[in-house]
Amino acid sequence: MVQIEQDILSKNNQYASANRQWLAQRGILALNLVSSPGSGKTTLLTRTINDLKDSQTMTVIEGDQQTVNDAERIRATGARALQINTGKGCHLDGHMVGHALEKLQPENDSILFIENVGNLVCPASFDLGEAHKVAILSVTEGEDKPLKYPDMFHAADLMLLNKIDLLPYLNFDVEACIANARRVNPKIRVLQVSATTGEGMDTWYSWLAATRQLVGLGQ
Amino acid sequence: MHEMSLCEGILQVLENSAEAQGFQRVKSVWLEIGQLAGVEQSALEFSFDVVTRGTLAENAALNIINIPADAWCLPCAKAVEIHQRFDPCPDCGSHQLQVQGGDEMRIKELEVE
Repeated sequence: MVQIEQDILSKNNQYASANRQWLAQRGILALNLVSSPGSGKTTLLTRTINDLKDSQTMTVIEGDQQTVNDAERIRATGARALQINTGKGCHLDGHMVGHALEKLQPENDSILFIENVGNLVCPASFDLGEAHKVAILSVTEGEDKPLKYPDMFHAADLMLLNKIDLLPYLNFDVEACIANARRVNPKIRVLQVSATTGEGMDTWYSWLAATRQLVGLGQ
Repeated sequence: MHEMSLCEGILQVLENSAEAQGFQRVKSVWLEIGQLAGVEQSALEFSFDVVTRGTLAENAALNIINIPADAWCLPCAKAVEIHQRFDPCPDCGSHQLQVQGGDEMRIKELEVE
């Protein structure tokens, strides 16, 4: 008998720690954006980059099973983006992101958005070395999604409730949705935004600026 | 859904340990899986079979030890057992819980030769 006492994800966690250190040395704020497919992650990113690009350098790692469509949408804003195709995989892992960092070489003191594969299950378990997971939930989904996929909403520090411009046409209970998110994660922050009309996006930008400043202080 | 990658992680740990500790074959593996780890036991068993084929752990017995989840209830100021992330405190009904354990995925021990 051999005692091992080793975490199954220890390999991934080692890669993630190395990424975190690499990012910290360069003062880069890395955010891991997680959601189901179709929540509006890429639209949110293109809007964010267009609104902030004059004052902030941003790069993007795009994770999708197939196609380079999302990276192309990001590049159209002028920002640098790298597409990772996971092939059969359902999530990004620390190793893939480490390679992507080497290739992309994000600038010092920039913001790196890692757009994970649209999946509310597996990406919750895989640390990539990010500072925060940001969960994006759109109001065209159910308000009980935080309860259906509790691991993800537990792992996230911020939830962006997207597509709020559509609320007049839907039976979506915003308060119930936020209460559900707080049930799985009492300390989650929630911002209500519309990446299409721009409503509420200033609160997201304030969060980004404040979080970015904290990374700078840690240096 | 990601049980296959978990099994690949397990196999890597086994291969590294075999090299470090000088064994050739793994006959049994004991895993500790927390109730909140998001691991589907039957999928893990299936993937383990597939991933270990043709390796040092082929046909190894997989034993899964389930670890219950517990949380610290802030209003009660004590540890309580929970079964899901969104469970309220069984005593006071509050959701102000800090999950303390139950998301572990650990390889505990091996029977080797």
